[in-house]
Amino acid sequence: MAESQAESRDVSSLARRIRVQAAQMIHRAKSSHLGSAFSMAELLAVLYAKILRIDPERPNWAERDRFILSKGHACAALYAVLAERGFFPKEWLDDFYQDGARLAGHATHVGVPGIEVSTGSLGHGLPIACGMALAGKRDGCGYRVFAMLSDGECDEGSTWEAALFAGHHRLDNLIAIVDYNKIQSLGTVKEVLDLEPFAEKWSAFGWGVREIDGHDLDQIEETLASAPAVANKPTCVVAHTVKGKGVSFMENKLLWHYRAPDREEMTKALAELGAEE
Amino acid sequence: MRGAFFRALLELAEQDDRVQLVVGDLGFGVVEEFARRFPKRFLNAGVAEQNMTGIAAGMALSGKIVFTYSIANFPILRCLEQVRNDVCYHNANVKIVAVGGGLAYGALGATHHATEDLAILRSLPRMVVVAPGDPVETEAATRAVTAHAGPCYLRLGRAGEANVHHGQIHFQLGKAIQVRDGKDLTLISTGGLLETAVRVAESLRHTGLRTRVLSMHTVKPLDSDAILAAARETGAIFTLEEHSRVGGLGGAVAERLAEVSEGAILFKRFGLPSAFCSVAGTQEYLRAQHGLSVESLAVAIRSKLEKNRTLTVTNAG
Repeated sequence: MAESQAESRDVSSLARRIRVQAAQMIHRAKSSHLGSAFSMAELLAVLYAKILRIDPERPNWAERDRFILSKGHACAALYAVLAERGFFPKEWLDDFYQDGARLAGHATHVGVPGIEVSTGSLGHGLPIACGMALAGKRDGCGYRVFAMLSDGECDEGSTWEAALFAGHHRLDNLIAIVDYNKIQSLGTVKEVLDLEPFAEKWSAFGWGVREIDGHDLDQIEETLASAPAVANKPTCVVAHTVKGKGVSFMENKLLWHYRAPDREEMTKALAELGAEE
Repeated sequence: MRGAFFRALLELAEQDDRVQLVVGDLGFGVVEEFARRFPKRFLNAGVAEQNMTGIAAGMALSGKIVFTYSIANFPILRCLEQVRNDVCYHNANVKIVAVGGGLAYGALGATHHATEDLAILRSLPRMVVVAPGDPVETEAATRAVTAHAGPCYLRLGRAGEANVHHGQIHFQLGKAIQVRDGKDLTLISTGGLLETAVRVAESLRHTGLRTRVLSMHTVKPLDSDAILAAARETGAIFTLEEHSRVGGLGGAVAERLAEVSEGAILFKRFGLPSAFCSVAGTQEYLRAQHGLSVESLAVAIRSKLEKNRTLTVTNAG
């Protein structure tokens, strides 16, 4: 039990470090999407600490699990967790989004170990994940494919083309996680293009669906470790999250989809995250 | 060309188990044999080209050589961003095959006319753009794109075109094939108008003009050497394509000539206007409507050459 608590503290600490790194990157770069990075910090922490079968020393290991960040705009958090896991030096995070940097403002695979595919235009991740999952099954490889989607990108038809496909082909080695923070670019999901009944849609498309608290480490781990949720079906984890989670004045605020924190806001944010400037 | 493509693909699939065929619910009567012989390497992705292309990229990034197959603009324009980002940016080993290039599906209407594809596809980084001239070139092109590691677009005509080449050809991506030589002008053709090009050359021969005919089966990368040699040695270049005159073969050749040709040469593009063709008609009918019949082309070429000769004489005088 003591060991489990220690592990849990480690994952929790990783989630915190993801938020601190992402905030610093976005502050330095005066870039966007901090709220989108924060809402999936626990999901990434559990994936990279406990779930994904990966080896930072061998990023192209054939048997590795694949992770695709389909919501590529939230890449600051992904770069942060990859650096934390040792896929590349943490110094790379320093010039994120700057002139000449390899870490661009949407997930970029070129020269960045651990990034499977470049994303940024929404609705691309799930079809590619389907192709990888299908290839894995055809080759009898045991790897699993994880795709993290935003709720906003579930507006895209291509996401539903892939959802239909994965259900039909029973891709039980595929896990889609929707970071359902309920806020997209210009308003709430409910206002812009309501997705509800959301879990039922995935279910109707032939997926095993789990709805979880996307900030509860134990629930995330239990859900991802036990996938497929339903035998012979792809799994959709609808993770209920809070946009901007972790910093009180950013939580559930549309503003933090785009705004970069200024110096004063950074001081407050880092204090709340328990980090020094 | 369609038959030639599938013949080659079946052989390639026999030799290399990485070869996969992914179709967008099209190909009735032609994809079944592949599906029967290689059921685990065949996939009908349904009427969903964006997903089809993303899947192809995902499979290619897992070590496969993936052919996507559909008709006209469906596997390229419907899913252009997937082609750009998922396939080209990742240098994914995907071969996009479109049957019905140009006006092959003429009577089906403008939605089924692939008449801007060469211009659009050749602007994508890493994309190799191939439009074989006859079934013989099609078989060779299918092998060549399979051997090439990276994104390719293979633009086919329809089924049942006649062979222009007889016997062996030397086919290399990015290298034009000289179908016949001549010193008075060069006619550069891409895709299924190759047969027309040869017949135009024969027609011009009767009026004493000797035409070099180049099959520019690869529009990108373009064979600059062949173009410059033709400019230098024949002084007059005409391009021929079943495609908009904007940005296709003619555009590509013009770009190259404008930048690197040493002297003034005579140049004209034959192709389609940048317009939608909204009348029904066979490929042959619609070609003729757009001045792409053998007779119209021969007249237009003679007229251009004569006009130039008159100008030259006037200037000299």
